[in-house]
Amino acid sequence: MSNGHDTNNHLIRMANQIAANLAAMGHDQAVAETQEHIAKFWDPRMKAGIAAADHAALSPIALAAITRLTASH
Amino acid sequence: MGYERQADYGTPAKQGAANVTLNIDGRAVTVPEGTSVMRAAAECGGEIPKLCATDSVEAFGSCRMCLVEVEGMRGLPASCTTPVREGMVVRTQTPRLEKIRRGVMELYISDHPLDCLTCAANNDCELQDTAAAVGLRDVRYGYQGENHLGSAPDLSNPYFSFAPDKCIVCSRCVRACEETQGTFALTIEGRGFESAVSAGQKSDNFLGSECVSCGACVQACPTAALSEKSVKAIGKPERSVVTTCAYCGVGCTFRAEMRGNQLVRMVPWKDGKANRGHSCVKGRFAWGYANHADRITRPMIRDAITQPWREVSWDEAISFTANRLNAIKAQYGARALGGITSSRCTNEEAFLVQKLVRGGFGSNNVDTCARVCHSPTGYGLSRAFGTSAGTQDFDSVEDSDVILIIGANPTDGHPVFASRMKKRIRQGAKLIVIDPRRIDMVRSAHIAADHHLALQPGTNVAVLTALAHVIVTEGLADEAFIRERCDWDEYQDWARFVSDARHSPETLEPVTRVPAAELRAAARLFATGGPGWPSGQRKRPNGAIYYGLGVTEHSQGSSTVMAIANLAMVTGNIGRRGVGVNPLRGQNNVQGSCDMGSFPHELSGYRHISDAATRALFEADWGVTLDSEPGLRIPNMLDAAVDGTFRAIYIQGEDILQSDPNTHHVAAGLAAMDCVIVHDLFLNETANYAHVFLPGSTFLEKTGTFTNAERRIQMVRRVMDPANGYEDWEVTQLLANAMDLGWNYTHASEIMDEIARLTPTFAGVSHARLDAEGGLQWPVNEAAPDGSPIMHVDGFVRGRGKFMVTEYIPTDERTGPRYPLLLTTGRVLSQYNVGAQTRRTENSVWHGEDVLEIHPTDAENRGLKSGDWVRLASRAGETTLRTLVTDRVAPGVVYTTFHHPDTQANVVTTENSDWATNCPEYKVTAVQVTPSNGPTEWQRDYANQAEQSRRISREAAE
Repeated sequence: MSNGHDTNNHLIRMANQIAANLAAMGHDQAVAETQEHIAKFWDPRMKAGIAAADHAALSPIALAAITRLTASH
Repeated sequence: MGYERQADYGTPAKQGAANVTLNIDGRAVTVPEGTSVMRAAAECGGEIPKLCATDSVEAFGSCRMCLVEVEGMRGLPASCTTPVREGMVVRTQTPRLEKIRRGVMELYISDHPLDCLTCAANNDCELQDTAAAVGLRDVRYGYQGENHLGSAPDLSNPYFSFAPDKCIVCSRCVRACEETQGTFALTIEGRGFESAVSAGQKSDNFLGSECVSCGACVQACPTAALSEKSVKAIGKPERSVVTTCAYCGVGCTFRAEMRGNQLVRMVPWKDGKANRGHSCVKGRFAWGYANHADRITRPMIRDAITQPWREVSWDEAISFTANRLNAIKAQYGARALGGITSSRCTNEEAFLVQKLVRGGFGSNNVDTCARVCHSPTGYGLSRAFGTSAGTQDFDSVEDSDVILIIGANPTDGHPVFASRMKKRIRQGAKLIVIDPRRIDMVRSAHIAADHHLALQPGTNVAVLTALAHVIVTEGLADEAFIRERCDWDEYQDWARFVSDARHSPETLEPVTRVPAAELRAAARLFATGGPGWPSGQRKRPNGAIYYGLGVTEHSQGSSTVMAIANLAMVTGNIGRRGVGVNPLRGQNNVQGSCDMGSFPHELSGYRHISDAATRALFEADWGVTLDSEPGLRIPNMLDAAVDGTFRAIYIQGEDILQSDPNTHHVAAGLAAMDCVIVHDLFLNETANYAHVFLPGSTFLEKTGTFTNAERRIQMVRRVMDPANGYEDWEVTQLLANAMDLGWNYTHASEIMDEIARLTPTFAGVSHARLDAEGGLQWPVNEAAPDGSPIMHVDGFVRGRGKFMVTEYIPTDERTGPRYPLLLTTGRVLSQYNVGAQTRRTENSVWHGEDVLEIHPTDAENRGLKSGDWVRLASRAGETTLRTLVTDRVAPGVVYTTFHHPDTQANVVTTENSDWATNCPEYKVTAVQVTPSNGPTEWQRDYANQAEQSRRISREAAE
């Protein structure tokens, strides 16, 4: 399974966008909701893709959510 | 049923508080207070002759045919304008009345061409019927006097003609244009003998006037003065079948009036609960595409998209397709396959496509065109209320006091409902419009918005939060409702959030460009109703919110939907008539395709695929194992295709190349796939990249159901045989069986039975019930056996209403020196979506090409005038089209439609999308507009490539 560079950038951007829109809930709830959102709406390859991608560009909420998501799988 | 006109009671039904009993010709009849004597007579089986009265418009009292005798009343009152009274004794047929009626008829006929035998309305003419009813035998005046005979007909409208010499000046058409349609295009010019129906100014004809060709005037005309050209060409229909329109989400029902296998005309069905006897130019007239020469009726295949198409038998096409799919599945796994269900096909067809993908392909990679329009509605309303649908029926608008329209253009996108909305506004309802463009609802004949908030595209959330700020900080929230119905703690968190000074209209004005005072006034009006409130027993007005794709097609589409839900809850506007949150759905069956489990993460009835109990239900019924992980959404499919992991797609009734954003990316995704199957009526733009073309059937050629924007499930009935040989669900079944799935549906009703068996909200739905009851609004189940016109009446589906905090996050799409303008996109009345149907009809006389609306200031800065060719460029791509200089758009904003493939407006739209659903951000693109000489290189290349890929090699065909 190979995800192109563009696709990974796109996934990072999508995760950050979700996190930003949920941030107003406060950090902890936003992390939980971001994790749940990605679990519920992303296909397995997208989840694997973001897990394997470079996380440097993830926002703190998105990073925490992806870390938890990866741990739970 | 045979062909006969629907019953006409002469005047509209009234809903009087009390009942009144009277006696008509010896028959006792009880009717609601306010009913006319004419209608009461019709309701007890009589028929008073009439010409100027029809039950779609208010009584007028001009023709003097309907005079009656009433005991104790002097003279002979007109029964259409005389309301019933308790104990009234009426005689409708007496020698005195007969004599007067005959005399009046004699005058009409003395100035009417007596060409009945060769007239298009022969045997379908109220003037003829009335002459017979009054026993006219002679015209004593002769026919030589001054008359209107021989006047030239107006043939300018492509669908109907106006013959002034056949007009009896009853003004039914004028009143229908006013009352039913609300356009006020028609009038009676002149007085007395000179009186004549006129469209617009005297110098106009029907086509040149304000007429929107809705057909209400034709419907109301009692003679052949206004008549369909198709009836003139073909003749009187011999049978009629009630069916549902396949254009927008209003879901009008029509009588398809047939002659053999030929459609003569579509006539709006008076008992249609969505349209109440009204229609628009698309549904009523634009059905000629069904027999257009471009229609493909034989299957075609090719090994590579560089080759010409080869016509083959159904057997060969289906086995070719199944072999390819099986091979791809064997090599790359089930998740390399997917499908797209159509929002234009029936519920039954969408259900089967997702069943094929989940149960046959073995992946959850199924999506639907709702992805690119209303997926945020599904997400947002589900979070706030617990159900992914609008809360009201269309009739509800009759009880609205304040109507708020945001990001919708009802007169163009949902014209039949717009007419009902305009009628309510003319009766006094207040109107707030939130739209960057001055749409017709802002100001047109006899209606005007109290407030038009012309916001900067992309700032919906900021505007809605500012409205909430005003309502909460000024103490206008309906706290009693909130305490009773919503989660109070969540409300308080939300109220604190919106009350923050950074959300005040004053602070946000530089961002939204909406004057703060105007926004405050709009908020107060929505919450309180303005002067005149409280009214009687009611403390608060009924506020209803209607919205469209201007809400959803943004990077914050889902947040905007939730902000709308918040606004409805904070003002207590949920759970009764006249209020609610009402998404106006784009396509005929967007609601239905979503209900049918077309999204990759959920099964029918919005149940998540990860839910083991739901999965088990389907697995047991279908005898398959389902993947528990959500599949790919359309944009994700295209990304995966470019990466090489997604390789085959079955697309039913959708043209993603033209309708989806960033055409270059869509094309790259399609080109990367090994097997693209297009199942459609025409070789659409997507088919340029297809290996298999399976010809589809039109809505006239199939049986099934559509679900409209009010959740109303209505029958679609086959009125003619499919030109391609199969209804679309039959084609899906052929493919499924070629993949050894062993399906054996013999009728669409069996598919609906399966849907009902597996979907709790559809438990009580069957074709037999829909036939008997004419449409049901889901949920239809044990708790709501007759369906649910209004939702959340006693409580929200999810329990307590959920206030969601919606932070305004500006889109990444920003203007700058290179791309200084914001492009937003929309629709026009006469064309529909990508235009595949309407472009193949005479509707193109109203809109033959996409044009770019630009403000005079921006035009002047670029040296542009209306009609000039311009280059429209964004970061994603560029195209060319012609301009229209207009102040309908604000400075800095440009607007166009996406109905024509030559323009390919989506070449310029970007990959930005809604954060929650990936619904594309069609409504905001930073662009530059510069003068141009003509089509871009891309447009020329595209036209060449399209021509190449549409070649059909006919030698191979049998």
